[in-house]
Amino acid sequence: MASDRSTDSAAATVPATSGRHAPLLEIRDLKTWFHTERGTVRAVDGVDLAVGRNRTLGLVGESGCGKTVTALSIMGLVPPATTAISGNLLFRRKDGSEVDLAQIDPHSRTYRRIRGGEIAMIFQEPMTSLNPVYTIGNQIREAIQLHQEKPAGEARERAVEMLRQVGIADPEQRSVEYPHQLSGGMRQRAMIAMALSCNPSLLVADEPTTALDVTIQAQILELMQRLQGEFGISIIMITHDLGVVVGMADEVAVMYLGRVVEHGPMRPVFKAPRHPYTQGLLRSIPVLGAQVRQRLQPIEGLVPDPRATPPGCRFADRCPQVMERCADEPPLFEPAPSHLSRCWLSEAGG
Amino acid sequence: MIGSPAEGGAGGGAAARTVGAPLLEVRNLKKYFPVEGGILRRKVGEVKAVDDVSFTVREGETLGLVGESGCGKTTVGRTILRLEEPTAGQALFRSERLADEGLAGEGTMVDLTTLDRERLKRVRREVQMIFQDPNSSLNPRMTVQQILTEPFLIHGVGGSKEEIEERVVTLMGQVGLRPEQRARYPHQFSAGQRQRIGIARALALNPKLVIADEPVSALDVSIQGQVLNLLEDLQVELGLTYVFIAHDLSVVEHISDWVAVMYLGRLVELARGEDLYRNPRHPYTEALLSAVQVPDPDVQRKRIILEGGVPSPANPPSGCRFHTRCSYAPQADRMPRCNTEVPELHRAGGEQWVACHFAADLDLRGVEVPATG
Ligand SMILES: Nc1ncnc2c1ncn2[C@@H]1O[C@H](COP(=O)(O)OP(=O)(O)OP(=O)(O)O)[C@@H](O)[C@H]1O
Ligand SMILES: Nc1ncnc2c1ncn2[C@@H]1O[C@H](COP(=O)(O)OP(=O)(O)OP(=O)(O)O)[C@@H](O)[C@H]1O
Ligand code: SF4
Ligand SMILES: [Mg+2]
Ligand SMILES: [Mg+2]
Repeated sequence: MASDRSTDSAAATVPATSGRHAPLLEIRDLKTWFHTERGTVRAVDGVDLAVGRNRTLGLVGESGCGKTVTALSIMGLVPPATTAISGNLLFRRKDGSEVDLAQIDPHSRTYRRIRGGEIAMIFQEPMTSLNPVYTIGNQIREAIQLHQEKPAGEARERAVEMLRQVGIADPEQRSVEYPHQLSGGMRQRAMIAMALSCNPSLLVADEPTTALDVTIQAQILELMQRLQGEFGISIIMITHDLGVVVGMADEVAVMYLGRVVEHGPMRPVFKAPRHPYTQGLLRSIPVLGAQVRQRLQPIEGLVPDPRATPPGCRFADRCPQVMERCADEPPLFEPAPSHLSRCWLSEAGG
Repeated sequence: MIGSPAEGGAGGGAAARTVGAPLLEVRNLKKYFPVEGGILRRKVGEVKAVDDVSFTVREGETLGLVGESGCGKTTVGRTILRLEEPTAGQALFRSERLADEGLAGEGTMVDLTTLDRERLKRVRREVQMIFQDPNSSLNPRMTVQQILTEPFLIHGVGGSKEEIEERVVTLMGQVGLRPEQRARYPHQFSAGQRQRIGIARALALNPKLVIADEPVSALDVSIQGQVLNLLEDLQVELGLTYVFIAHDLSVVEHISDWVAVMYLGRLVELARGEDLYRNPRHPYTEALLSAVQVPDPDVQRKRIILEGGVPSPANPPSGCRFHTRCSYAPQADRMPRCNTEVPELHRAGGEQWVACHFAADLDLRGVEVPATG
């Protein structure tokens, strides 16, 4: 089911839909499959998501559920040789036009302009996007000049200004230092500075605080919220930390084995989760302040091999409420307004 | 000093567990690593990874050890086990084995830091460690069967081949692994299952004390929950005592009776878990707790954002090591003391010990009790 990605062409640009509330990015039925020697991994298998302007979408789920592959698919960074991508990635560009990223060549000029210039990504490990042999300042300057016609001097000033914006003390000095001279928290800040240096409208953050201590995590999350307010960017916040999602997200999507199983505004998803998987995740973790030694009720069993996804509901073999019907895969039901759940129990609004 | 942390407090604990006398008493433990420099690799300084740490762990209880990366948690564990040679201090352990064999000397406790090799080897059967990363601690070329048989062979115990094999089957059952899979290699198991193999190996020789260094940090939350339950069950079943090292404050609260908070090689607070989380007495504990992201939208908490990162342990701040980040220190009447005088861990009422000069004056905020659901 390889999609025929046409090269850069106007044909890929779909007419802009009307309405002020059109989302910045709309993902429709995204499938990203890897053909490996030992079978096909349906890493992302029919995902629908949307990110509104100036909003934060939290993407959660356990290891291997497809969070990073979703992010890389948006960025056009999935390794091509063995991959098949289908679906739509409708992105509203700064000039008002809409483009389907799934239809354009990842190496095309358009995609390269969007990547970094309009959609930026930050990673768990800053060293994957910072080059150890260039100074921090030079890397940010280069990122700026890649997307904006600015003389070197001006770009350098902007780089220093960005480092200041992300709360790095003495930014002039830091800008001439190399990544290894910075602490983990500072490197993460520098990466955020680089990501935001070209004024992207969407920031895809893949586990941006997972490798950091809690006190540094708190600093980075506060920084991201402040910058979102100042720059009006939209954020896709990928994390396996449910607490981080509560602190950051307006909306949450919970993934399991390549699919979104629950999706909705943050509050109802956490206060009244509908899908047994989400309920199980929340029961698996100790809650700070719970005082009494309450026994945890973790989800039983293991995530199945992604090459052999079970037929029917993918969560069935671990679900405490499994029924006969679960041999058929449930669609996404809407048990409450804007609150979606892929479980037969949600069919009757439950 | 009225009451030192080494004296501990009255044991409460969960009903199903029997809590007894001190099993481990760590006293003024220090571990300094040399910092070498220059072409001659001469010692140019020291990293005071552990600098005067004292605590007591009672039989059947769990002491949680928390703190940010690099504060010395792992080094405390490794030094107690003599995987690192301590620079100073004592780690007193009540060894039944040495006592039974008449090798314990006078008193009921032996000092692990001064034991000779022969006696240390015997004691190792009673004190075991579980590591964060089972991948690097399990030999990839050995089957689970071989991994779990090794401790018996090293110590020349466990009886006949058949008896050991039977014990391996029991161990696998205890940690929730299927004994049919004992001919498999570590890479054929999931991360959570590999951690179970590590736990089974630690339990092979019936230890009394288990030092668990971040045993669930690398695991997905559902598997983390399963392993935490397993550790709790095994504690009751086998009467184990745990030193549980972790940076996740929610996990530590869940599993610990006592919690010790470390900062730059020193304990800043030590208390019963409920006291420490409800009423922290040290500014660092307060800040750490406030930084935790709780997965409950109704818990609105005022966050104390600490400035900067942890200073280098090779060159720690003078006086109170926390003074460079402490929000209570900058007051004119406090700073002169905070940045010159090292605060000792002292009793702050009840069963709570704190190392802050102004603990008695500060009104710190703990964790709210979440609405029960
Ligand atoms: N290049 C690839 N080739 C084959 N399979 C891949 C490739 N990249 C990812 N996968 C598989 O796709 C699935 C989803 O992976 P992904 O990295 O998106 O998970 P994740 O949700 O980000 O997990 P984590 O929380 O561990 O980061 C996994 O089963 C993974 O093994
Ligand atoms: N063998 C060693 N040689 C030199 N320095 C060391 C050695 N082992 C640890 N250190 C240093 O001692 C300090 C404490 O390290 P330790 O590993 O005990 O911290 P930790 O609290 O376990 O951190 P983490 O949460 O990252 O595991 C660190 O500064 C570390 O760099
Ligand atoms: S001693 Fe001073 S610097 Fe240290 S924690 Fe107390 S108030 Fe803060
Ligand atoms: Mg990932
Ligand atoms: Mg450690």
